Amino acid sequence: MMQVSNTIKTLLQLLILCFSLQSFAISDTEPEGAVSGKEQVDAYILHHLKDSHDFHLFSYTSDSGERKHVGFPLPVILWSSNGLATFMSSEFHHDDNGHVIVERNGSKFVKLHSKIYELDAGASSVNFDEEHHATNAHKVLDFSITKSVVGVLLVGLLMLLAFSSLAKQYGKKKIPTGFGRVLEPLVLYVRDEIARPNIGEKHYRKFTGYLLTVFFFIWILNLMGLTPFGFNVTGQIAVTACLAIFTLVIYTVSGNKDYWMHILWMPGVPVFVKPILAIIELAGAFIIKPFSLLVRLFANISAGHIVVMSLIAIMFTLKESLGVAGATGLSLVLSFFITLIEVLVAFLQAYIFTALSALFIGMAVAEHDHDHEHDEAGHEVADTEDVRADFI
Amino acid sequence: MEVLLNDFSPGLFVVQTILLLALIFLMVKFAWKPILNSLNEREAGIEEALAAADKARTDMQNLQADNEKMLQEARAEREGMLKEAREIKEKMISDSKEQAKLEGDKMLKQAQAAIESEKKAAVADIKSQVAELSVAIAEKVLKEDLSSNDKQLKLVDSMLSDIKLN
Repeated sequence: MMQVSNTIKTLLQLLILCFSLQSFAISDTEPEGAVSGKEQVDAYILHHLKDSHDFHLFSYTSDSGERKHVGFPLPVILWSSNGLATFMSSEFHHDDNGHVIVERNGSKFVKLHSKIYELDAGASSVNFDEEHHATNAHKVLDFSITKSVVGVLLVGLLMLLAFSSLAKQYGKKKIPTGFGRVLEPLVLYVRDEIARPNIGEKHYRKFTGYLLTVFFFIWILNLMGLTPFGFNVTGQIAVTACLAIFTLVIYTVSGNKDYWMHILWMPGVPVFVKPILAIIELAGAFIIKPFSLLVRLFANISAGHIVVMSLIAIMFTLKESLGVAGATGLSLVLSFFITLIEVLVAFLQAYIFTALSALFIGMAVAEHDHDHEHDEAGHEVADTEDVRADFI
Repeated sequence: MEVLLNDFSPGLFVVQTILLLALIFLMVKFAWKPILNSLNEREAGIEEALAAADKARTDMQNLQADNEKMLQEARAEREGMLKEAREIKEKMISDSKEQAKLEGDKMLKQAQAAIESEKKAAVADIKSQVAELSVAIAEKVLKEDLSSNDKQLKLVDSMLSDIKLN
């Protein structure tokens, strides 16, 4: 145990070191590939928002004027027209403009704006149109272990380690100690503040596992996005889409008779309105709800990253007008406070995604005609379930 | 929208789906299920303990009330007993007084009766002695010469003096 925590400490120290080096590399205005000027800042930010095929830590310019990149390559796994192709991302030599061509199984691959393209048969280099779109190459199915996948794996591992150790603690003692004491209230929070009130006392237990997983998954990934590693997993639309579709599948599968009744043939409205309402309700259930989930998370996290990086970039975009100290001070103060807000947003977005998922599931499993308690006069007594049903 | 679609990576989507499915499965199996079960168990335990404490408290209150009742009953009984004893005492005193009075009366009456009978007996005795004396005197008188008056008187005197001695 001691050894593990020591290794973690050493790793953390290393990362802090890397961060200082990385920010140094960014603020360094040496020529040849270093970031300076407005266009380069914009390009850098956009590049960062995308997924990448290697784990880049920092870059620097060596004494001989050569640009060096420090990081480690990740495996690239592609399904091309000639079948499966695998190689390490280092074969692209950090090229992102389609210049370096990697040949595997008779297919030629290039990397262009963080996406891997396969050259059409017979082509030997990429041709571009005026908008810098490749004309003689097409995208391939890319199952690579990208930086986002590494992030997902890392979070999965962290969650498994942390929560299975918490689970193990309960075997020995009633009240967890150490880190488990921090985790338990979080689990209780998700169960009692998200799952229970939104889904209802009767069904919540079945969905709590999913909600807990999603909550911690999103939250930790959001927080990891604020570290100098530069993960942007929850800012990848494929990831948020996947999460939203999981919720969609769960509430569609577990929807009861009442739920479908209310979508397809809503009671209490004139017959000629029913088909119109059914269309609207169907669109709501299958398009609007998942779309609102996936776009909200994606947009909030992306926007956060853009704002933080833009404020860091003040350091050298305003250097001429404010001087080095002024620009750096302004950048530090602003990015510090916006990062604090981003820490809040990281939690908030995880909470919103989980709470909305719970709410949608709650709508699908709500029971509108359940047994009521009766008072002495035989009148039905309204209970909390009714209030919830009315609210939904 | 076009940018969004362009940014959407189907490969990442597939990988993420597989990883998320695996993560949900593993977390539910190794973390959430045991954690939630233990939490529920613990909460049920706490509720049980609270209910038990509540029950113990009401039991205690019942016990105290019982004690109080018993104490009250004992006190009432004691008072009853005291009262009864007092009554018995008074009754005994008055009874014995009455009896003593009756006994006294009875003794008095007996004494009176005895005195009466003694008196009667004495009177009868006197009567009989008087009669005997009278007879004796008469005898003596008859035996003597009763010619002279003096002699008669002397005789009577002597007889009477004899009688006086009686």
